[in-house]
Amino acid sequence: MEWEVVIGLETHTQLQTVSKIFSGASVKYGAEPNTQACEVSLALPGVLPVLNKQAVHCAIKFGLAINAEIAPRSVFARKNYFYPDLPKGYQISQFELPVVGKGAITIQVPAAGKQSAYEKVVNITRAHLEEDAGKSVHGAVEGMSGIDLNRAGTPLLEIVTEPDMRSAAEAVAYAKKLHELVQWIGICDGNMQEGSFRCDVNVSVRPKGSDKLGTRREIKNLNSFKFMTQAIEYETRWQIETLEDGGKIQQATVLFNPDTGETRAMRSKEEANDYRYFPDPDLLPLVISEQDKARVQADMPELPAAMKARLEAKFALSSYDASSLTASRELADYFMAAIDAGAEPKQTANWVMGSLSAKLNSEDKDLSSSPISAQQLAQLLKRISDGTISNNAAKQVFDAMWQGEGEVDSIIAAKGLKQESDSGAIEAIIDEVLAANAAMVEEFKAGKEKAFNALVGQAMKASKGKANPAQVNDILKKKLQA
Amino acid sequence: MANNELSNGSLKGYAQLLQSKQISSLELTQAFLQRIKQYNPCINAYIALDEDKTLAQARAADARIAAGSAAPLTGIPIAQKDIFCAEGWPTTCGSKMLANFVAPYDAHVISQFNAAGAVNLGKTNMDEFAMGSSNETSYFGGVKNPWSYDRVPGGSSGGSAAAVAARLCAAATGTDTGGSIRQPASLCGFTGLKPTYGVVSRFGMIAFASSLDQAGPMAKSAEDCALMMNVMAGFDERDSTSLDRAKEDYCRDLAKPLAGLKIGLPKEFFAEGLSAEVGQVIENAIAEYKKLGAEIVNISLPNTGLSIPVYYVLAPAEASSNLSRYDGVRYGHRAAEYTDLMDMYCKSRAEGFGAEVKRRILIGTYVLSAGYYDAYYLKAQQIRRLIAQDFVEAFKQCDVIMGPAAPSTAFKAGEKVDDPVAMYLQDIYTISTNLAGLPGMSVPAGFAPSQDGPALPVGLQIIGNYFDEARMLNVAHQYQQVTDWHTLAPNLPEGKA
Repeated sequence: MEWEVVIGLETHTQLQTVSKIFSGASVKYGAEPNTQACEVSLALPGVLPVLNKQAVHCAIKFGLAINAEIAPRSVFARKNYFYPDLPKGYQISQFELPVVGKGAITIQVPAAGKQSAYEKVVNITRAHLEEDAGKSVHGAVEGMSGIDLNRAGTPLLEIVTEPDMRSAAEAVAYAKKLHELVQWIGICDGNMQEGSFRCDVNVSVRPKGSDKLGTRREIKNLNSFKFMTQAIEYETRWQIETLEDGGKIQQATVLFNPDTGETRAMRSKEEANDYRYFPDPDLLPLVISEQDKARVQADMPELPAAMKARLEAKFALSSYDASSLTASRELADYFMAAIDAGAEPKQTANWVMGSLSAKLNSEDKDLSSSPISAQQLAQLLKRISDGTISNNAAKQVFDAMWQGEGEVDSIIAAKGLKQESDSGAIEAIIDEVLAANAAMVEEFKAGKEKAFNALVGQAMKASKGKANPAQVNDILKKKLQA
Repeated sequence: MANNELSNGSLKGYAQLLQSKQISSLELTQAFLQRIKQYNPCINAYIALDEDKTLAQARAADARIAAGSAAPLTGIPIAQKDIFCAEGWPTTCGSKMLANFVAPYDAHVISQFNAAGAVNLGKTNMDEFAMGSSNETSYFGGVKNPWSYDRVPGGSSGGSAAAVAARLCAAATGTDTGGSIRQPASLCGFTGLKPTYGVVSRFGMIAFASSLDQAGPMAKSAEDCALMMNVMAGFDERDSTSLDRAKEDYCRDLAKPLAGLKIGLPKEFFAEGLSAEVGQVIENAIAEYKKLGAEIVNISLPNTGLSIPVYYVLAPAEASSNLSRYDGVRYGHRAAEYTDLMDMYCKSRAEGFGAEVKRRILIGTYVLSAGYYDAYYLKAQQIRRLIAQDFVEAFKQCDVIMGPAAPSTAFKAGEKVDDPVAMYLQDIYTISTNLAGLPGMSVPAGFAPSQDGPALPVGLQIIGNYFDEARMLNVAHQYQQVTDWHTLAPNLPEGKA
């Protein structure tokens, strides 16, 4: 039987605020345990939550970015369960009335094997505001468990999709797109190692052609795209094998073990909590007016899709180039900075996505830590355009700059890479070459076109690569035809 | 205090004595502390005293008075219900769960009194987590009604009630979720006000049922309550349900005549269940108001009978969640021995909470459970709106509503502890105002005879429209200008009863 996998994602994005969602405590990552736990974080008797307006701003921004319904009135609810890292014994979340309703995100699924690249719309069911829990710390004190409440109360936007994805590749393309978007609009730092962007993936399988959903298992807390691919692929195989062996899928929460590459059930849904959701009486309903939305809209950067269209129209870039350049805020900003510094757009696109990206990848660096600034790159490209250096020489300058050897012009000077554009000097060189290679000249005149290229090569060699190749071509042609 | 008259003074009177330097705050405070030493071991109104802290505040108040920057309550000793967190003070909420908890911060109410220069005399006894109508659920023991030691003071603010009635403080704070200021005020014979929900910040006030809890003053007279309200009320951004309104002077209307006042008498408040003796006292009070020029309007609050069942769904639901934080992990009681995490939770909570608290956690957990939520919680919320609507209709016909604050006078200790429903009925006349968020007060209106003891105080309840506290205080104050019930204090027997 042919099977189809059905995937939906729930993503917890940590919102970029100064303080926690319901208190003034700092949300900075990496502080000593419990140094960022105020009375509210500790859930001392008598404390009350006060909603952080910045978190609401972030939620509205996300809603606008995915063209979603933004609830004029949404409600915070308490999700009740006992856990040591949950200080109040309930999490403040949103249940029946979330702040962001239905929306959509268009994803680009890359080519793989015979399958060429394609676009797909993933529908967003909802996004709601909630607070994060603290952390249990094991092993810090022998034989005891500790609780670190620094993270307790950190604002999260949980973004839930419809079960619209049909492969690990689609799920990862969605996760990457969402990851780019939340950073692009500045609501999340996207740091997956620190847990700022965590995905729960719901996976089920069904016979191809069926419109009934199979029983799903939820893979919790995936914090890398690589693990997401592995986990979905393993889980899909496991479910298909289980069904083909005559077994049944039990609804369950599973964890992915990166060491074994396997998923393992954490708890089955039968033992799951009854969370006893009810509206939090300590918080008023969240009311968002048209003016509130307009204020956030005014603060909204140009979105990737709009910028892509603009790059295509204004700079005559291909759809592929424009899409690649708008894959992240950083990349787009870098590109635009280079253009603003006077670089030529198509050439800049080639360099940014070519040499620069390759170099960053090979050294596992972010664009933000690139040793070559957009202005430096622009300067380099200008030196190609004005004929000062050849493309080949430019690559040498690029490498030298990467190593921190100085600015473009000083490197050109120091390495003697300036190309020879004095036609008199080039003529002299060509005359020498022609004199020394009379046999080749004869071959050319006898109709052997290849001989021409060999002569160009000789001339470039004689100039130690510094001669401007276009000029060499022109002059050589004239001389041979004379 | 040798001088009984001093302990029976008004807040305005104390302020005059203090500011004219006829007495220092230190002397006044020591006089009350002396009375507390004498009577509290028997009455058990206070469960935490800290003479050093209290006297330090009195000295600071004297310095402030000397500097000429005194506020109306500067130097006046106030008792604080142990539901308010006060930095450095034990804050137990009447529970074993928090028996060893010392608050590291001040509740809004406490910081307001501190800013006013008032002196914190100590923390008063209360029903555990404010769940009770007799103060008998307190982990720290019951409180005696100063009018008759074999009787309860009411609850949950029983300690504050006994402290005000026995003149062991100049005034006290209380909280009222279903009647916890007004019922004890009625049973102990003093003036208590539960303000409109949202007028006094709940920040730092240990939550029982968040949508109903409201702090208010417990004092001898309406005028004293007005002065207390001037300190307690006001917007606080730390409580999202605090109302952002302009600061008001609750004394402003005290002197207004009552001619033309329309008093609504809901027939449901005078039906079966009200003791005849209490009913008679209320009738006498109404007659007094007629003399003052008020007009009587017969009204109906048809959903009154639903208020207790609705309350006992909603309040436990919120409480079951509010009390989840007492898990033995970070503070509060933790069982000495346990095998694993679940065992620690179970044992710590089983040991730390008393029977009434457990009963309400169980009810609350049940009504919020999947499958029961719609039938109980959601239905109760709908009826809550109907109850509020009853009042909206009623206030189209009258300015204030009057009736009894409690169905009976103080009952004997132990009489209702094994009958929770009988205990819950103590709040039958007060609960609907909490559900509607309206302000209500209890004003001493006389005494009703008891079969085997002294006559016992009866409180007249005054219910006002939203934010009508100043008018209610005016209505009570005018009554107190022509009656002296509020000035009467019990003759406390020496030593143990």
